[in-house]
Amino acid sequence: MGLMQLFKFKGGVKPATNKAQSVTLPIAKAPLPSVVAVPLHQSIGGTPRPLVQVGDKVLKGQMIGEADGWISAAVHAPTSGTVREVGMYAAAHPSGLLTDCVVIEPDGEDRWIERQSVDYKTLTPEQVRELLRDMGVVGLGGAVFPSHAKTQASRSVPMEELVINGAECEPYITCDDLLMRERAAEVVKGIAIFRDLLQPKKVLIGIEDNKPEAAAAMAQAVQAAGEDFQVVSVPTLYPAGGAKQLIRVLTGKEVPANKRSTDMGVQCFNVATAYTAWRALGHGEPVISRLVTLTGNVAEPRNYEVLIGTPMDELLAIAGPKADTDGIIMGGPMMGFLVPEAKAPVVKATNCLIAHSPALFPPKAPEMPCIRCGSCAQVCPHELQPFEMYWFARAKNFGKTQEYNIFDCIECGCCSFVCPSRIPLVQYFRFAKSEIWARERDKKAADGAKTRFEFKQLRDEREKQEKAEKLAKAAAAQAAKKAAEAAAAAAAEGGAPAEAAAAPAAQSPEEAAAAAKKAAIAAAMERAKAQRAQAQPQNTDDLAPAQQQEVADIEARRARLRDIAKTELAHPEAHPAEAAPAAPADDGQTPKN
Amino acid sequence: MLIAIAIMALGAVVLGAALGFASVKFKVDGDPLVDKIEAILPQTQCGQCGYPGCKPYAEAIAKGEADINLCPPGGAEGVGKLADLLGREAKPLDGVEKPPQVALIDENTCIGCTLCIQACPVDAIVGAAKQMHTIVESLCTGCELCLPPCPVECITMEPIQETVDTWKWKYPVVELKRVA
Repeated sequence: MGLMQLFKFKGGVKPATNKAQSVTLPIAKAPLPSVVAVPLHQSIGGTPRPLVQVGDKVLKGQMIGEADGWISAAVHAPTSGTVREVGMYAAAHPSGLLTDCVVIEPDGEDRWIERQSVDYKTLTPEQVRELLRDMGVVGLGGAVFPSHAKTQASRSVPMEELVINGAECEPYITCDDLLMRERAAEVVKGIAIFRDLLQPKKVLIGIEDNKPEAAAAMAQAVQAAGEDFQVVSVPTLYPAGGAKQLIRVLTGKEVPANKRSTDMGVQCFNVATAYTAWRALGHGEPVISRLVTLTGNVAEPRNYEVLIGTPMDELLAIAGPKADTDGIIMGGPMMGFLVPEAKAPVVKATNCLIAHSPALFPPKAPEMPCIRCGSCAQVCPHELQPFEMYWFARAKNFGKTQEYNIFDCIECGCCSFVCPSRIPLVQYFRFAKSEIWARERDKKAADGAKTRFEFKQLRDEREKQEKAEKLAKAAAAQAAKKAAEAAAAAAAEGGAPAEAAAAPAAQSPEEAAAAAKKAAIAAAMERAKAQRAQAQPQNTDDLAPAQQQEVADIEARRARLRDIAKTELAHPEAHPAEAAPAAPADDGQTPKN
Repeated sequence: MLIAIAIMALGAVVLGAALGFASVKFKVDGDPLVDKIEAILPQTQCGQCGYPGCKPYAEAIAKGEADINLCPPGGAEGVGKLADLLGREAKPLDGVEKPPQVALIDENTCIGCTLCIQACPVDAIVGAAKQMHTIVESLCTGCELCLPPCPVECITMEPIQETVDTWKWKYPVVELKRVA
């Protein structure tokens, strides 16, 4: 533990830590649950695509959800068994809604897939990142951001410091403390992976000074590994474990709201993330379990290694919740939430389950009016003005809350903690944030709908125009074709109209069409004449006089009928139905619509 | 006297030229009020207001031809925003406000007639003649315009269910307690 200058972040509070209860016993392995429900979406970014179907047999560590895109991380079967369901299941979420899960019934054998340790130093950084993604390594401090996506230094700014977060500032939670005490060597190996990927000038491991055992264990492991990491004790002050706060304390750098920490030459990982990164590369074990602190209103508070997907009620039962337990808090008392559905599964973000009881967490007295004392602004670690944001969030004036930088709020709960009027400030900020997000979604959808509507109108108009043009063209083309046919037919007949039909082809379209029509009529008449000539009976030679007489009679009758037809054609309005078929030459010439 | 007239005339010419230049240079295309009104409308393009789309309705409001409470998808909140923008009195909505919904095609019943595709104002239905049609849920505005043309009545409207991603934190309830 070197002597180095530490910096301060503004604000912060000192709530009762309540950590001593759960550090007395070593980490234990939680027994195999009766069922595991693995949510597919356990990290920031894309929802992994399920790779298994109902009835499939899976092995422990088998990938069941494939990363969707670069900002996403795979999920794996926590134990061997049969897939019971791929569908909606209770989520570890304050809403109590369902989410896509793979529900596995364990077979009790807990049989691993073939695990392969890799020497990551022989791989390219790209391959290591892909491997981390496919092993499901995400930030276990609570944000569950895919870790591989954080292992790329900024192009313009050289990496100065790699900050490893072992602060664990939230009350009750001790899983990182126990991890560092018992598995420091592997945490150090994990840190080395991130160090090799990012190539920083120095590595700083920040641990709050209320965890001297963990700090000592880490320092010893660093020394044993021959690394030059610095283990730094930071003052115990909530929220020192916030990434931006710890970076500030250790490096003095303040990361602006619109920038990434790599733009400042810093990157930050949680100790548990480093541990899982080493298990993934060094042992071929994907992230299928994590340490969870079971504490609060229980008989035996302790840290357990828990399979992801273990139902929370089943898990909490191991610690022996007392009779007056009336709920489960996931996370700590400052930032956690009451789980609405007790059978919701443990996820990668679950660091602590606190058995809730009215005695342990007495209900808050009713909210009083804000007296604008400014206490909240004094403790805000992001130097915001919570009383102003509260005012506008309460009035649903969301534009103003954004002017006061509500999206810089990390919802640490310091303001609610100190408020003398007991105003649930963070709830108001969460409400405002989710309303703003919903509005942005709606706005985006409306803009998209508008664009598509306008495009559809444009397209309809264009199609109408194109259709009209096409019809005109088709009519002209057909007319020209008919004209050519007529010319050919006429030529075959040796008749004169051939020239008449062929000549006007080069004229203007209307004239051409009219001429073609005329030619077609002429051709049709020619054809009809030819047909009539062909239709002459072939057996008219050598007829008896009686037969000749008969033929003459028939011819005379036909001639008479033809005459009648002609007179009727001259007055077609008298019998329009009969007259219509008399002009077949026009058929197929005029467009139907 | 003449000099005074000349100076005034010169001033008039100069100012006139400046105004003329400004009117050309800083010409505003379109009616900015229409755009502002349209930004408030929900863009469902459903025609429930009696106008063929949100833009015509916005234009009618801007001209003062239409009332501001004719848009049921915008709801009471939309009426309130329009009232704020136009400095008019907010009115109760003329119509029934429905929860957000999307259309759903019963794919077993669909005969592939393409009538709904032609009716959809936002191109949210995919399909081809004699092929099954389906609705792209994320693009559907729930305008119900595809319901009447369907000859086999295979389209139903389903309310949009809340998911973990669209869930919103509730407004912290202020408990009122009887004091005496």
